[in-house]
Amino acid sequence: MDIVIWSRIQFAMTAAYHWLFVPLTLGLALVMAVMETLYVVKKDDFWKKTAKFWMKLFAVNFAVGIATGIILEFEFGTNWSNYSWFVGDMFGAPLAIEGILAFFMEATFFAVMFFGWEKVSKKFHLASTWLTGIGATISAYWILVANGWMQNPVGTTFNPDTVRSEMASATAFWEVISNPVAVSKFFHSVTSGWLTGGIFTVGVSCWYLLKGREKRFAKSSIIVGGLVGLLGCGCVMLTGDASGVHAAEFQPMKLAAAEGLEDGGRGAAFTIVPGIRVPKMLSFLATHDFNGYVPGINDILRGYTDNDGNVVPSVAEKMRMGRTALDALAEYRSLRESDPAAAAAARAVLEQNVQYMGYGHLEKPEDVIPPVGVVFWAFRLMVGIGMLMALALLLTLFFAWKDRIASKRWLLWAAIWCIPLVYICGQCGWIVAEVGRQPWTIQGLLPVNVAISSLSAGAVRTTFFVFLAVFALFLAIEIRIMLGAIRKGPEVEPENA
Amino acid sequence: MGSLGSKMKKVWELYRDGFRNMTWGRSLWWLVLLKLFILFAILRVFFFKPAMAGMSDREKSEAVGERITQQPHNQTDTLNLITD
Repeated sequence: MDIVIWSRIQFAMTAAYHWLFVPLTLGLALVMAVMETLYVVKKDDFWKKTAKFWMKLFAVNFAVGIATGIILEFEFGTNWSNYSWFVGDMFGAPLAIEGILAFFMEATFFAVMFFGWEKVSKKFHLASTWLTGIGATISAYWILVANGWMQNPVGTTFNPDTVRSEMASATAFWEVISNPVAVSKFFHSVTSGWLTGGIFTVGVSCWYLLKGREKRFAKSSIIVGGLVGLLGCGCVMLTGDASGVHAAEFQPMKLAAAEGLEDGGRGAAFTIVPGIRVPKMLSFLATHDFNGYVPGINDILRGYTDNDGNVVPSVAEKMRMGRTALDALAEYRSLRESDPAAAAAARAVLEQNVQYMGYGHLEKPEDVIPPVGVVFWAFRLMVGIGMLMALALLLTLFFAWKDRIASKRWLLWAAIWCIPLVYICGQCGWIVAEVGRQPWTIQGLLPVNVAISSLSAGAVRTTFFVFLAVFALFLAIEIRIMLGAIRKGPEVEPENA
Repeated sequence: MGSLGSKMKKVWELYRDGFRNMTWGRSLWWLVLLKLFILFAILRVFFFKPAMAGMSDREKSEAVGERITQQPHNQTDTLNLITD
């Protein structure tokens, strides 16, 4: 395998590993904050003990997950140096804000949450618990602003002198942080974290019921976790709808790949699984119009007219314009000091074609097609598992509410199995988002084969296996500590942290 | 000033007592420290040197500019075939 493949595999593995911890952090933060709120409102120590138990699991997950995102930044600098330079200005700001904010909010409120039970007032402690979760959520926003920009690079201008995308205008920063792709991605990701936290809480609680232990604690946790999970599930569906509309608008090839849609058109059908289709549903999901036009893979290759009447050029035409942009860039850079007038003319040509600059690096039009099978099935797994989660949560909530859940052993087992499933669901979501946008690191501007550093495949392969070993070790440690804490249960909690 | 000093003292005591009284949290801290050591003292130092470390901004823009203006060699033929 070549350097591009190894670099992509390594980055994918690191990002997937990071995403094992983030959703549970976001979800458990909400679960424990709701429980502590019940403690403060009801003045019942039971809820304090319950909240403290889930905080303990939150801390285990947080400790192992902490800094896993930093590895991605290492990889940017080492494996993706061209990309890092190209986006430096744009990426630096949100990531720096994220780092500073995360450090100060989490270092402050996290400490009060764990050390402050007997030191600060109930309300101050409760505020700290909420702010710990809010801090983690705001951190996620800045990361997703950076990711959203890669999917839909708004607010920046390519500077041929520095070879960077820069936030040149006064409104650029606002355009970047209000990027619709980033906003929908943020809500989709955070609420999928609530779903993960809810499923985890319900699944662990069901294990106690199977063992005949901690019955009041388990039933109460199922109700809180189930409601948080259901809220997350509903929001995931709504924000998933927004993500679909944005994919249709900004990344139609991703949508076509996710649907396995070779030839599109008006009133396009949605494929549930091959052979089972819902007429006009894809058009509705993509455009909120049952007769809306959805381009298929071949339409995108050949060029088409979108719903607003805009003519979208064929990929071959985009490649021509991309090559023109790259030739103009080379000319500008070679002449800017010796012949300013000719350089200015080259720059004007570059600016006319810059939006297709990345296409100039493609060898053939079919290079814009992502791995269709992977994206198609990852999308179906994500949606299918998500629906199973909703059903499982509804059933566990119903029987917990009726106080009959302990006798439904099949449901208790199902809830436990939902824990690994919800992680598969989240990973599939990222596969759709990231594999679906191949071959681009930055949509239309920079393909992966140009974004990478000049390294040997062997060097990246070595670090890949080093990471694999380190990640596996830490994951095994986390699971061991987590299972130990769960086995011990909420009853045994003499310590404050 | 006295009030501020008193508040700072309380903050200090919060952290000090919190760390002192930790039981299961202590092993988590060791885990965090071990991980940070592996990340920054081993992986960062030996495996993840930034590819353009030591270059000035001008040198970086030259290097990336050179790479970005290179185009695939067999692209022209493909485009001609499509046009035909």
